[in-house]
Amino acid sequence: MTTMTIAKAINEGLRATLKNNPKSLLMGEDIGPLGGVYRVTDGLIKEFGEHRVVDTPLAESGIVGTAIGLALRGYSPVCEIQFDGFVFPAFNQITTQLAKIHSRTNGRCTVPVVIRIPYGGGIGSIEHHSESPEALFAHTAGLRIISPSNAHDAYWMIQQAVECQDPVIFFEPKRRYWLKGEVDVENPGPSSDPFQAHTVREGSDATIVAYGPLVPVALAAANAAAEDGHSIEVIDLRSISPIDFDTVEASVKKTGRLIVAHEAPTFGGIGGEIAARISERAFLHLEAPVIRVGGFHMPYPVAKVEEDYLPDIDKILEALDRSLAY
Amino acid sequence: MGSTQLPTPGTDGTVAEVPTAGAVSGEPAAEMVQLLGPDGKLGTDPVFSDYAKRIEPEQLRRFYTDMAKIRRFDQEATALQRQGELALWVPLTGQEGAQIGSGHASQPQDYIFPTYREHGVALVRNVDLADLLRQFRGISNGGWDPRENNFHLYTLVLAAQTPHAVGYAMGIQRDQKFAEASGSTEPKAAVMAYFGDGASSEGDVHESMVFAASYNAPVVFFCQNNHWAISVPSSVQTKIPLANRAKGYGFPGIRVDGNDVIAVHAVTEWALEHAREGRGPVLIEAYTYRVGAHTTADDPTKYRESAEETAWRGKDPLDRLEKYLRAEGLADDTFFEQVKVDGDELAAQVRATTLSLEVPDIRSSFANVYAEKHPLVDEELAWFEEYSAGFESDAEAAN
Repeated sequence: MTTMTIAKAINEGLRATLKNNPKSLLMGEDIGPLGGVYRVTDGLIKEFGEHRVVDTPLAESGIVGTAIGLALRGYSPVCEIQFDGFVFPAFNQITTQLAKIHSRTNGRCTVPVVIRIPYGGGIGSIEHHSESPEALFAHTAGLRIISPSNAHDAYWMIQQAVECQDPVIFFEPKRRYWLKGEVDVENPGPSSDPFQAHTVREGSDATIVAYGPLVPVALAAANAAAEDGHSIEVIDLRSISPIDFDTVEASVKKTGRLIVAHEAPTFGGIGGEIAARISERAFLHLEAPVIRVGGFHMPYPVAKVEEDYLPDIDKILEALDRSLAY
Repeated sequence: MGSTQLPTPGTDGTVAEVPTAGAVSGEPAAEMVQLLGPDGKLGTDPVFSDYAKRIEPEQLRRFYTDMAKIRRFDQEATALQRQGELALWVPLTGQEGAQIGSGHASQPQDYIFPTYREHGVALVRNVDLADLLRQFRGISNGGWDPRENNFHLYTLVLAAQTPHAVGYAMGIQRDQKFAEASGSTEPKAAVMAYFGDGASSEGDVHESMVFAASYNAPVVFFCQNNHWAISVPSSVQTKIPLANRAKGYGFPGIRVDGNDVIAVHAVTEWALEHAREGRGPVLIEAYTYRVGAHTTADDPTKYRESAEETAWRGKDPLDRLEKYLRAEGLADDTFFEQVKVDGDELAAQVRATTLSLEVPDIRSSFANVYAEKHPLVDEELAWFEEYSAGFESDAEAAN
């Protein structure tokens, strides 16, 4: 067991991948000598060379499009998109091409491309650097979408993403890059299935589901609620597509109440999907409507007011109060 | 990789650069490569005549046969669409020289990324022509196994296949490094990416060419300038000959008479050798004409003059090769009659096969959304099975 930040854990995970899988390679803007704008690929070009860690031209569609070609040739490319808001030039390649090749070829061709995207707000940045576009990709069949919230998961989930024969979008919670945690590099333990949700706090009065950057917020809210005598269960979803509804359903059947929290706008977001599914699966167990806590229906606001936009402890507690009042 | 490996245009001295000065859109560049003219007479070229000399008479007859076959197939597919058997068809008539010439220049180890009109290239790569119709009949989103003949599926999103081609070529570079390390003597390979003059306006073509140049990737960009992007003329896509764009990326660009199957073959063979030998990408602009509609959904009389079509019919790729073969005594009436009979037989076979293609069960669509097990797909399939079974039990009860 060793302690490291999430950024370092992804770096170590990529290092292990490059060592273990000779057909894996990294591609992206500034990922070579600079080590990426967040230094997630720091030192890897020195260790593995420029054929395995490819500094690319500044062209997101080109990055993903050429990664698809490499995958068709038998390689396992891991693309870095520098920021969430810059994935859109590659949206066409991801949704019309990458997601559909396995289906279009009747399973004859696999495209195990991983797309790493630092996402979410809370870093005081400027336009296009703080978005949460996961729902836009989750709506597309053929893609898998995962997001770690802690260093141990980050280390293992990036490796599992590369091993997966389907395309995986790996959303990295950028404001948690420097969050330290224990990593067991010998044994993934319960993290052996990246598509399974984890119950990170047991409780009996209500369930909060969160993923990526909001898991620590959800835990803090649950701790605050405990001071008021409420026992709150917290689920780290980990996988946004597919969603492990079984774990969520089992929790709701125990607690009777569900809050879903994410940074992306509430409307049309993942929270709505979870609310609808849980209503279908556990309607008679619900003591209150499922409540969503998310961003407003607006472009991600300027940094000086992002605190008013982002779900925080108070917003989750307010949702809990409403739920518990039923 | 990196800037030290960037190709320096023109340094190999093998290909004259295509001039830009004074070039007007829609007109051929001064140095368009042409060997076989519309009169059926074979001219010379300082570089490409040597390549043309490699073509044996038997191969020339094969060029003719394939051009005639694919034109006949095209007519049959158009008829099938008109009869309601296909949802849409994308005709190639007029572009046979560009496709058969370039396709025959490729070798089995080369990988081809077509757009959606490369029926002639598919024929050369031994794809079953009936399989080409699966997508247009609405029973498949593909139709063949791309790995069998190294011929990828058609791509309907314009230019999306061009970065795939470059990435695949980057994979070939890496494979060759593995092969060299293990002492393997696999033949060197290259990739060809087909696209049209309309697609040349897409950003993906630009990004592909940037990537190809950056990594010196073994890829040949084969642009069929057929002059019309549905109803928009090529003069709206470009103000210079498209081949000249290559210069801006730092690799050779060649404009070739796309209706001259011999020149197309020679130029493509040169370009593929150039790429396979590690000298980097090449852009070929095959200057040709789409005689028919863009697809069976549009009507060319609404957007272009019939005189233009008539003028291009005078440059027909089959007619000029027929003239040459006859003049040189390489083929006679018996040969051309046989080609016609074979074409009719092929068309009949394709028609029969197409009509017998089975509509798949939607369960096969569930099967391949993902490569690995996926709970949502399993859940929805289970629901569908239960839903379908309900109809069966209703029918049983009614009986």
